[in-house]
Amino acid sequence: MSKDKGKTKEKDIGTREQFEKRVKRLGLSDNNLIGLYRTMCTVRHFEYMADKLYAAGKVHGTMHLSAGQEAVAAGISLAVHPDDYLINHHRGHGHFIAKGADINLMMAEFLGKDTGYNRGRGGSMHIADFQSNNLGANGIVGGGIPQAVGVGLALQMQKRKEICICIFGDGAANEGVFHEAMNMVALWKLPVLYICENNKYGMSMDVERATAKLPIAQRADGYGIPWACVDGNDVVEVYDAMKIAADHVRSGKGPFFVEAITYRYFGHSKSDRNLYRSKEEIGDWKQNRDPITRFTKHLLQSEILDESQAQEIDGQTEQVIHKAVEFAEASPEPDISTLMEFVYA
Amino acid sequence: MPEISYLEAIRQALWQEMKRDERVFLLGEDIGRYGGAFGLTHDMLDEFGPERVRETPISEATIVATAIGASLLGMRPVAEIMFMDFVTLALDQIANQAAKMHFMFGGRTTVPIVIRMPGGSGSGAASQHSQSLESVLMHFPGLKVVNPSTPYDAKGLMLASIRDQNPVCFVEHKVLYKTKGEVPEGDYTIPIGVAEIKRAGRDITVVANNIMVMKTLNVAEKLSRDGIEVEVIDPRTLLPLDTETIINSVAHTGRLLVVHEACLTGGWAGEVIACVVGSPAFDYIDAPVRRLGGKDIPIPYNRGLEKFAIPQEADIEQEIRALVEGKI
Repeated sequence: MSKDKGKTKEKDIGTREQFEKRVKRLGLSDNNLIGLYRTMCTVRHFEYMADKLYAAGKVHGTMHLSAGQEAVAAGISLAVHPDDYLINHHRGHGHFIAKGADINLMMAEFLGKDTGYNRGRGGSMHIADFQSNNLGANGIVGGGIPQAVGVGLALQMQKRKEICICIFGDGAANEGVFHEAMNMVALWKLPVLYICENNKYGMSMDVERATAKLPIAQRADGYGIPWACVDGNDVVEVYDAMKIAADHVRSGKGPFFVEAITYRYFGHSKSDRNLYRSKEEIGDWKQNRDPITRFTKHLLQSEILDESQAQEIDGQTEQVIHKAVEFAEASPEPDISTLMEFVYA
Repeated sequence: MPEISYLEAIRQALWQEMKRDERVFLLGEDIGRYGGAFGLTHDMLDEFGPERVRETPISEATIVATAIGASLLGMRPVAEIMFMDFVTLALDQIANQAAKMHFMFGGRTTVPIVIRMPGGSGSGAASQHSQSLESVLMHFPGLKVVNPSTPYDAKGLMLASIRDQNPVCFVEHKVLYKTKGEVPEGDYTIPIGVAEIKRAGRDITVVANNIMVMKTLNVAEKLSRDGIEVEVIDPRTLLPLDTETIINSVAHTGRLLVVHEACLTGGWAGEVIACVVGSPAFDYIDAPVRRLGGKDIPIPYNRGLEKFAIPQEADIEQEIRALVEGKI
């Protein structure tokens, strides 16, 4: 893997028959597939809008955008149950959208408004929605990985059927708590699905320069946790792996580890000048492996959508984002008199 | 009222609360068959089983994180950090995670966990098993830092801590474990954030925590025979700190000394003094306000060196006399 930084040719999406056979085997309906497409379009528009709002000076602080990684978020969300618990990392907009978050409340939080999910206290890096079992994103790399042990433990003690999905990046896999947590979830056979979203760089650090042995997922062997490593830009492949993994976890057999290889288009955060990777490399991923372009080709090839329908859905999702911006911009700022609230419950 | 040890008082609180509330469970290193490094959880494994007396690998950060995660789903975990010194290994989960979640998530969740940690020197355990790090923990808004000095306070504060909606660092002291005092058998709580005047006096206010409360009370008893009446205040909770009780006392006595075992520099005595001198009690202050703390050194191993690394009764007595007699 990942010896492909040079110019590569367009990813071969395979034949119509192969695709249709695959989705049939997985039991995916046309509606499921269109849903995946819609989710990915929504995430893409959200992220490009976020970038635009930042450039326009409407957002302060920083943000971490997931454009290019949409297939991971969409594939996971279709494979798990809506009431499963999610612990997320700092590049989390896509996963929250895929889990069904209210885009208006997300956008309001992003703009720091009182109507946002966190009343404007958290911002891009800490969006959470406890009503939908979205336990929040984490600004500390790897900070959520050991918390999933506790969520899994509570689910086991309470004899519940939900599972905990914990997503983190390639960089987080080198934090010490990663290893503590892997050991404990395996030891106690907890219902936790760990997903490493490997976008090849921990800020500027190439995963190959940071990781003694790849793939990252093989580390799960050391803890007796079953694992898979998949093309994170192929939404059906992501779904396939996540479904197997989630079913395993839900059946009480203990944790599962999936690594999804993907790529982010924007820099790590707003300070990133992309000095550590080439324009050609970024261009190659955008032109030849883009998860939305690839999946759209499948949908067109299999006549699940035609060009105009695909464009219409894309346009609808763009409208959702525009409406969310309108909602957020019209929302009030938190009142300064509330500054001291929420420190203690 | 039965007389039991500080250690038994904490154990009784855990035991009774686990009987009362099935959401409460313990987790930590060697807390099962071994009964905990200090024996505090002895026989609890047999009573409550391995699910609720959950022994963990040596993974302090994940012990605290596990408590956090479980609390988000309605559990009431009580985590044990075997020695307070090891809290540094879990500091991200305490400071960046537990302390901030309620705030950062707009008040939409709470993290009701208790993290027990025995601190303090006096057991010959040397530099990495003897620290008093409570001042460090006071710098993270969202945390509560509870620090009982008597068996009675220990039980009541533990029950209050488990029932609190916020993350509570419950700081115990190794040397206090064997001290005895009267403790009601029944259920009672002591409110978090409320200091107690352990001894009333007119000449000087001495604010002290955990083991220094006992030492100061001994000194106060002795000085009383010489006509010096010391008012001894035990904050019991360091965060949030009950500054009102302290300020009112100083307004009455006109003198203030703060005593703690933790290193002097950056210690919580500075916080108490700043609160008092910035308050209306300033007008009543008749003497320099002073603090006695541990020396700014790691705790040494040698018995003699260890003893003099922290304030002794003679030091406290000398300070009080000097302040009351106007020699400073």
